[in-house]
Amino acid sequence: MRDRGRILIGLLIFLILMTFPVWYNALNGVSVMQEPELATKNVPGKDKCVNTAEYMRQNHMNLLNQWRDTVVRQDVRVYTTVDGRKFNMSLTNTCLDCHPNRENFCNRCHNYLAVNPYCWDCHVDPQDPKVLAAKEPR
Amino acid sequence: MDRRDFIKYCGIATVGLAVGKAGRILAADKLLEESPLTASRWAMVFDLRKCLHKDGCTKCIDACHTVHNVPKIDIPGDEVKWIWKEPFDHAFEEQQNEHLPEELLHAPSLVLCNHCDNPPCVRVCPTQATWKRASDGIVMMDWHRCIGCRYCIVGCPYGSRSFNWHDPRKYLTTIQPDFPTRTKGVVEKCTFCSERLDRGLLPACVVDCPEKALTFGDLQDVHSEVRELLASNFTIRRKPSLGTQPQVYYIV
Repeated sequence: MRDRGRILIGLLIFLILMTFPVWYNALNGVSVMQEPELATKNVPGKDKCVNTAEYMRQNHMNLLNQWRDTVVRQDVRVYTTVDGRKFNMSLTNTCLDCHPNRENFCNRCHNYLAVNPYCWDCHVDPQDPKVLAAKEPR
Repeated sequence: MDRRDFIKYCGIATVGLAVGKAGRILAADKLLEESPLTASRWAMVFDLRKCLHKDGCTKCIDACHTVHNVPKIDIPGDEVKWIWKEPFDHAFEEQQNEHLPEELLHAPSLVLCNHCDNPPCVRVCPTQATWKRASDGIVMMDWHRCIGCRYCIVGCPYGSRSFNWHDPRKYLTTIQPDFPTRTKGVVEKCTFCSERLDRGLLPACVVDCPEKALTFGDLQDVHSEVRELLASNFTIRRKPSLGTQPQVYYIV
């Protein structure tokens, strides 16, 4: 039992690392998801999404994939909702028209759930300073 | 509330409802009235003689690159180009006779994706990120699917395709919200402004040319402007011997 000291130190380090989530949360408080901000909830014409909130919460990524394929591969750009309203299938110009603050809408959930969709690598945030700098729309 | 007030408020409410309804109907119509331009086979005719009148003009290039958020990267080999000027003797290597007029030999010829009938880039793409649209012959790009293998760049005999070696947003001073930027690691090229055709607009280069040197139209329509130009002028195409059947025609 000459290595008792080393073994105990090793065990101690192991225990500290294993219980990291427990004491980290105890010290910093449990992380709480910030509710996404619905900025245009009360703006007429922008108060109703293309589908119910429950559906969008669970399936917005599938809907967006479907929109992507329909627009790019089939060249169909108008989406008709169940209740007959028509929308241009565009992330930047339709989704972000009603949810203008990406930081407070998309990113709040995505950050909390640690998902990192790459939509924004190409698709433009209308609030981007470089977009706002493009004064005259083409 | 007396009877008169009641009737008055009823009237105001009716007007309010009507205005709201009309607004919604107008909003829907705005989306639908954007009638798309369609064709069986889009093609472009470029009149080199007219372009020569405006030496040094880059309006078509500027228009295209602004509308499509094409970055201006000055590192040789890393440039991204959808449409650009190439000296005649470079653009038409096979068709260079001896003793050509000096002004033609070095004439800046506008080159872009030829939207070939038989596009080699489409044949080599392993993910079908680029494909020829059956409806109108446009060789499309799906940047969601592109894996950046660059086979298409090797396949294209016209050098019409560019690879994004850098994040394009770093090189853009302004970004148009109507069109996405691309990302590092994908290939891009001219799409004959398919997104503008959907909104009923002609390609940006055609619209912005001050000399009207560019004509865009339906090759299958006998009465279209492109067909009239092809019927009344001698035209050439780039590298015809390869059998790619380019759909950009040049009047020399």
